[in-house]
Amino acid sequence: MTEQLTGAQSLVRALEHAGVDTIFGIPGGAILPAYDPLFDSEKIRHILVRHEQGAGHAAQGYAMVTGKVGVCMATSGPGATNLVTAIADAHMDSVPIVAITGQVPSGSIGSDAFQEADIRGITMPITKHSFLVTDPAEIPLVIAEAFHIAGTGRPGPVLVDIAKDALQAMTTFTWPSELALPGYRPTTRPHGKQVREAARLIAAAERPVLYVGGGVIKADASAELKVLAEMTQIPVVTTLMARGAFPDSHELHLGMPGMHGTVAAVAALQKSDLLISLGARFDDRVTGQLASFAPLAKIIHADIDPAEISKNRTADVPIVGDCREVIADLISTLQKQASEDGIEGDYAAWKAQMLGIKARYPVGYDKPESGLAPQTVIERINAIAGPEATYTAGVGQHQMWAAHYVDFERPRQWLNSGGAGTMGYAVPAAMGAQVGLPGSVVWAIDGDGCFQMTNQELATCAIENIPIKVAVINNSSLGMVRQWQTLLYEGRYSNTDLNTGPESIGARRIPDFLKLAEAYGCVGLRCESEEDLDATIEKAMAITDRPVVIDFVVERDAMVWPMVHAGTSNDAIQIARDLAPEWDDEDL
Amino acid sequence: MTSHTLSVLVENTPGVLARVSSLFMRRGFNIDSLAVGPTEIPEISRMTIVVNVDELPLEQVTKQLNKLVNVLKIVELDSHSAVERELMLIKVKTDAQTRGQVLETVQLFRAKVVDVATDAVTIEATGDAGKLTAMLNVLEPFGIREIAQSGRVAIGRGSRSITDRTLRAVPGTQAG
Repeated sequence: MTEQLTGAQSLVRALEHAGVDTIFGIPGGAILPAYDPLFDSEKIRHILVRHEQGAGHAAQGYAMVTGKVGVCMATSGPGATNLVTAIADAHMDSVPIVAITGQVPSGSIGSDAFQEADIRGITMPITKHSFLVTDPAEIPLVIAEAFHIAGTGRPGPVLVDIAKDALQAMTTFTWPSELALPGYRPTTRPHGKQVREAARLIAAAERPVLYVGGGVIKADASAELKVLAEMTQIPVVTTLMARGAFPDSHELHLGMPGMHGTVAAVAALQKSDLLISLGARFDDRVTGQLASFAPLAKIIHADIDPAEISKNRTADVPIVGDCREVIADLISTLQKQASEDGIEGDYAAWKAQMLGIKARYPVGYDKPESGLAPQTVIERINAIAGPEATYTAGVGQHQMWAAHYVDFERPRQWLNSGGAGTMGYAVPAAMGAQVGLPGSVVWAIDGDGCFQMTNQELATCAIENIPIKVAVINNSSLGMVRQWQTLLYEGRYSNTDLNTGPESIGARRIPDFLKLAEAYGCVGLRCESEEDLDATIEKAMAITDRPVVIDFVVERDAMVWPMVHAGTSNDAIQIARDLAPEWDDEDL
Repeated sequence: MTSHTLSVLVENTPGVLARVSSLFMRRGFNIDSLAVGPTEIPEISRMTIVVNVDELPLEQVTKQLNKLVNVLKIVELDSHSAVERELMLIKVKTDAQTRGQVLETVQLFRAKVVDVATDAVTIEATGDAGKLTAMLNVLEPFGIREIAQSGRVAIGRGSRSITDRTLRAVPGTQAG
């Protein structure tokens, strides 16, 4: 006779079969049956978080560093709705996660029962796919399909909502040998004809740029990218989501393009005659005003998601496929083209021109007369922790400074909320990353605003022995908003003062991050001057048994440069307030 | 902007209509008409969606629809190579004097009367959008009391079937 088990037991067994070793979550009424067999699982570690949003971002952090599907779990109603921000974030940044939520018993669905929310309906526009399970027999197949959909093609979040009675009912367990997904067949192999057409354009181009997006990291295509760039000597730009896909130290790397991109990266795109877009999506933060973006360039657009191609900018050569396969095919086709037909591009003059701009306009900043420059803090963390460490960031000025002043040398070194711009991402994402990479160093570069949105997960980190390091770049304000107020609203600082700074600037130090760290069982450190900077960071590096929070009290008027104002042309890039780069005649 | 008729084969699962309509709303596309019904294969439903968009947004609509896991196949049908029909039920005011003229119109448009009352008749008419509009124009002077109209359904001309190959891809289903 086939073994009988509960739907909840079937769920846990299915998760084990799917290879899950970690779940971030919080129990509650509707999901409670699942937590009983989970208690016994020897393969799955459940990490009890303090807020479901933390569970979602932790699952993202875990997924980003391991390349596996991250898992979060919550109960029905508010438990599920608290996951929404993280699910939306994962959807925007193509992070593979499976969110499992309890639902009220199937007979009560639609009756506005206690803790009922139509989470499948709520998340429909922000999930790659979703399931509602009311029949326990479906659990193994749904779990198998959910993990397959989340992790393949363009990765993304999948929600599995399971009615409580389906968890409680008796059923049998069979792990499916094949999936029933006739409508889901992502194209991973690029079309040979398109690749040959791309190779022809590349050979004919004079000013090509490799415009690299997060898809290169998701496809684990960094090694192939390096070969392609070095073989062709085409300059590379890496978007915010792609930092680390190509080493920052590489000669051909011009940096990050976009609103706060380097002059060289922005100029390269604007002057290029051929953009080779690899796993990027022409986001508005990269293109600026779309009509004036890369006005002279033809476009080769390779992406695994056909809907991204020609969405914002029409592609001359669309290539649907997995970035690793696309790049590998491009390499072999270019080689063949060179050896058999003797056709090869020569970009030496272009490369020299771009390296000239890169040398002339490095990312830099002026140190303030007094106080600690936030950029210096990040430079020193980078220097001391190095590229072996993993860095997460929240959203705002500190995120942009981290994107510039950390040297990204390897893929999956950098985790941040790019598309959604979710403040509060850093701490829980660092928690997930640290769980995915035990024994390694994980730094959350956070802002004082972001930190206050999700710092309750410090309790989780302290109790579960997840020794992350949090650098709070504390400028006592919502810094990026304040920067816009400085530049665009005549310095009228409406509701951007957070009062987390010291009395010396008239702030009230609420909360006191030292005390907060200690209250959460973490080590709290504070650094207010450059003299103490290295010692403080080294002290934090030496602590490996507990989370560390450092309150870096920084000068609050520092701004992120370069900057292209929202909605304006990339040509109007400024390297400091009202200061445009000086272009030589040959440049433009 | 031009009108486009999309035949969309979807898995017959709960929520699929919501997914499709939610996608149109989220991406800012307007649906002119939408008709859903079963096909010859129980596991597959067919949606006929009429959208009024330019070529490029249409490509986006199609690509975004294709990303939905429950969507199996999308075919754009044009009126030259497909038969397109809508069904309309029209309640028209009539009296002893006008009834004859109304019935004549029904004849002319090859429609039929499905209900009669002393002061009204209800007409069932099928056809493409042009024919139905023409018929409404003729009936207008008599006084139209109520209209119920279906979404457009369409099928390609000739012997080819868009469900044939889709069917083979659905495990556990059998032809015939």
